[in-house]
Amino acid sequence: MLNVGKIEEGFVLDHIEAGKSLEIYHHLKLDKLDCTVAIIKNARSNKMGKKDILKVECDINTLNLDILAVIDHNITVNVIKDGKIEDKKELVLPREIHNVLRCKNPRCITSIEQELPHIFVLADEEKEIYRCKYCEEKAGNSFTW
Amino acid sequence: MRHLMNPLDFSVEELDRLFDLAGRIERDPARYAHACDGKKLATCFYEPSTRTRLSFEAAMLNLGGQVLGFSDAGSSSAAKGESVSDTIRIVSCYADICAMRHPKEGAPMVAAERSSIPVINAGDGGHQHPTQTLTDLLTIHSLKGRLGGFTIGLCGDLKFGRTVHSLINALVRYPDIRFIFISPAELKVPDYITDMLTEKNIPYEEVIRLEDCMPNLDLLYMTRVQKERFFNEEDYVRLKDFYILDKAKLSAAKEDMLVLHPLPRVNEISVEVDDDPRAVYFKQAQYGVYVRMALILTLLGIED
Repeated sequence: MLNVGKIEEGFVLDHIEAGKSLEIYHHLKLDKLDCTVAIIKNARSNKMGKKDILKVECDINTLNLDILAVIDHNITVNVIKDGKIEDKKELVLPREIHNVLRCKNPRCITSIEQELPHIFVLADEEKEIYRCKYCEEKAGNSFTW
Repeated sequence: MRHLMNPLDFSVEELDRLFDLAGRIERDPARYAHACDGKKLATCFYEPSTRTRLSFEAAMLNLGGQVLGFSDAGSSSAAKGESVSDTIRIVSCYADICAMRHPKEGAPMVAAERSSIPVINAGDGGHQHPTQTLTDLLTIHSLKGRLGGFTIGLCGDLKFGRTVHSLINALVRYPDIRFIFISPAELKVPDYITDMLTEKNIPYEEVIRLEDCMPNLDLLYMTRVQKERFFNEEDYVRLKDFYILDKAKLSAAKEDMLVLHPLPRVNEISVEVDDDPRAVYFKQAQYGVYVRMALILTLLGIED
């Protein structure tokens, strides 16, 4: 089994659905960070069978937890300090998300109005459905920012 | 400050108050003839809509107020590229209340967010048209004396009909309503509506022919079956006559059933039905003015 060393300071995203880590890497813009990032794919998991893990050696505040919650709120976020888990952040679906998803409805005012933020509102928590605040179009999986 | 974006923005109690006020206006219009003296309504219509705009203007003029505005985007600053946010800031300096129609969905909401005056959504693309729903509800409330305890048939294009979806969403808040959806399979009411009715335990039926349910209806809401909604001409020709209401079909209806239509009609209600006392679609246009008068007074906070 492959071993990836501990990180001293940063965060670990655990229980990522197998195969999804690269997608999350891009959505969180981890490629823009000048720090160590480990992408572990298909790690063995008692709970999930297989899972992905991301280890990032930088401040937790650089992470947009809202984006992560919208992608998959079952991901575990461990905050690491001095090589140990200091905190576990619970991901909850935000009531409203700004400039994370783009409204794809060509008839929506967001398609023409200058500098209007793309705001999505949690319309159904159980089914995890977000709708555009302006035209009520259901959100797709198109992350833009 | 209140705006009106969606027919569900007002609670059932608030709607009761609005309809009571509309009823008082209907009974004694002279009493309200100067209620809006010195006030101005801006009608910002980025796309043409003769009936809705005239109805808003008539409502404000009936209240003693004045109106200003534009009736298509070409004659507004939008043609020069001005945003809705900027336009409403300017309009807020000129008027006390604004009715906005826009082809883009959500545009009146953007205006409401930036506005210092109340904004009424007068139709935003295929999204919402709340004053049409308020008009439908007031018509039923005034002519039936209640907004619950009846079977309503909705006929025609139930798939794309914005007014139909809004009316269903508004009516489910009242007790003891039963829906009968009358449409071809191609234009059936969307699943999310029937799912919602099932979830709320509200009875509904889907039928193909108007004749199949006519004797059971207390209300019949007609809409236009548009040719462009069909995949082929053959289907359209086959189905279109099912949904034309004529005297023969109406003869099977209850004596006190009401026929409503958001208008404009093309041929889905035969002209011979117009003189039948059950045909109330022209009265509906009059109620549209009363409800807009009541809405303007309410949003401007003018005491009765």
